[in-house]
Amino acid sequence: MALDVLKVTIERGPDAAAAQQSFDVPAYENQTVLDVVSWVQQNADPTLSYRFACRVGMCGSCAMMVNGVPRWTCRTHISKVLDGNAVTIGPLRNLPVIKDLAVDMDPFFDKWVEAEGVHHGALTRDDPIAPVDETTVERTTANTGIECINCSVCYAACDTVTANKDYLGPAALQRAWTLLNDAKDEGRASILDAVSGKGGCHTCHSMGSCTAYCPNDLDPMSAIAGLKRETARSFFRRGRS
Amino acid sequence: MKELRLYMAQRITALIMAPFVIGHLAVMIYAIQGGLSAAEILGRTQGSVLWFLFYGTFVVVVSIHGAIGLRVAASEWAGVKGVALEVFMWAVGLCLFYLGAQAVWAVTFAAGVGP
Amino acid sequence: MKAAKGITSRAHPLWLAYILHRLSGLALAVFLPLHFWVLAMAVTDPERLDGFLRLTESGVVKLAEFGLVFLLTVHMFGGLRLMALEWLPWSASQKTLAVGATTASFLIAVLFFMRAI
Repeated sequence: MALDVLKVTIERGPDAAAAQQSFDVPAYENQTVLDVVSWVQQNADPTLSYRFACRVGMCGSCAMMVNGVPRWTCRTHISKVLDGNAVTIGPLRNLPVIKDLAVDMDPFFDKWVEAEGVHHGALTRDDPIAPVDETTVERTTANTGIECINCSVCYAACDTVTANKDYLGPAALQRAWTLLNDAKDEGRASILDAVSGKGGCHTCHSMGSCTAYCPNDLDPMSAIAGLKRETARSFFRRGRS
Repeated sequence: MKELRLYMAQRITALIMAPFVIGHLAVMIYAIQGGLSAAEILGRTQGSVLWFLFYGTFVVVVSIHGAIGLRVAASEWAGVKGVALEVFMWAVGLCLFYLGAQAVWAVTFAAGVGP
Repeated sequence: MKAAKGITSRAHPLWLAYILHRLSGLALAVFLPLHFWVLAMAVTDPERLDGFLRLTESGVVKLAEFGLVFLLTVHMFGGLRLMALEWLPWSASQKTLAVGATTASFLIAVLFFMRAI
């Protein structure tokens, strides 16, 4: 594919449609979406704001909407998303825009804590290190969810997040699920309480956009299903006792 | 914990309804053979404790299920929140139950209609 | 917000299953009161009920009835699918097999039933 120039539309500002700007960006053999945005900032408009750090898919800071799909832009080759020679890049959905392509991630991280996605330790530094058996079902279950890089792609993909501002979202709930299965975490009761409340796991409709678009191939939808299963089980137990 | 209770109520009523829906579908396929008439429906259901229990239970669970389902849709798609949302849910549930109970009563034990 | 207009990320089976379940549920909730109201006529106004029932012989109404049966079936299987997805700790392929088997046996049962009567 020998393209010379890419037609790049960037949505700037909260009222994106009114603030769309087009740029002609030279095409290269190897070029990610992030490279395209960087070219615009460095060569066409130095006022363009966007966020990135590691450029290798580890830090989770460069996610944007690319042709209407949330993606990690540093690991998305431009040839994968081009429509002819055109591409539209916008700020992540479901989060307040600060400026241009940079969104305010606070709601995303606040919900992470609201879902009790924090370590609940019971030991002190004086205790011996507790052994973790890598072969247990709980550990393998937890392992499927721990590679989350907090990029918020799942949060942007989810229509339930759009419809309900209280909904904790896929990433935070998946974190709660991994901690629930973590032998070193002692927060079982508070996690189950947190995910059973307003905007908890029962808000999810299993529409699966989180799992479909997770750049690390994680499965938040199944993690949330796990929380539903555990809360349902504890519901029946509480009913009996 | 209201979210969990609503979720459980929605799932439990759904599980109860599954056999009822299959039963109802079967009755429908059977009943429409050769056309429908009031006399035919009443002939089957009138005075029958079994049909009264079948459709009576069906109406109770469908009222709960429908009310919770519409609650979610109203909150997500119409932005109904707070007290208004609770009122809406109860209104839907009671309305469905009232109309459904009337219908079940009408085709089973209502006085004044002979077969 | 306008930014959402471009979201094309919904075109995958689970999202379509979700929207089908939501819309069929809403449609059933609209239909149910009418259904109850018409049936209650068995007491209040039997002639009118017969009038309604005669309507069912016309083509348009037949089509609408097919639609209702379709909605009810889709909503039921969609709901059972959802509960299997959420509550059964099976693998994805096991669930696909189970759904396939259930649907096939239901279709066979319906066919058998239709032939039998």
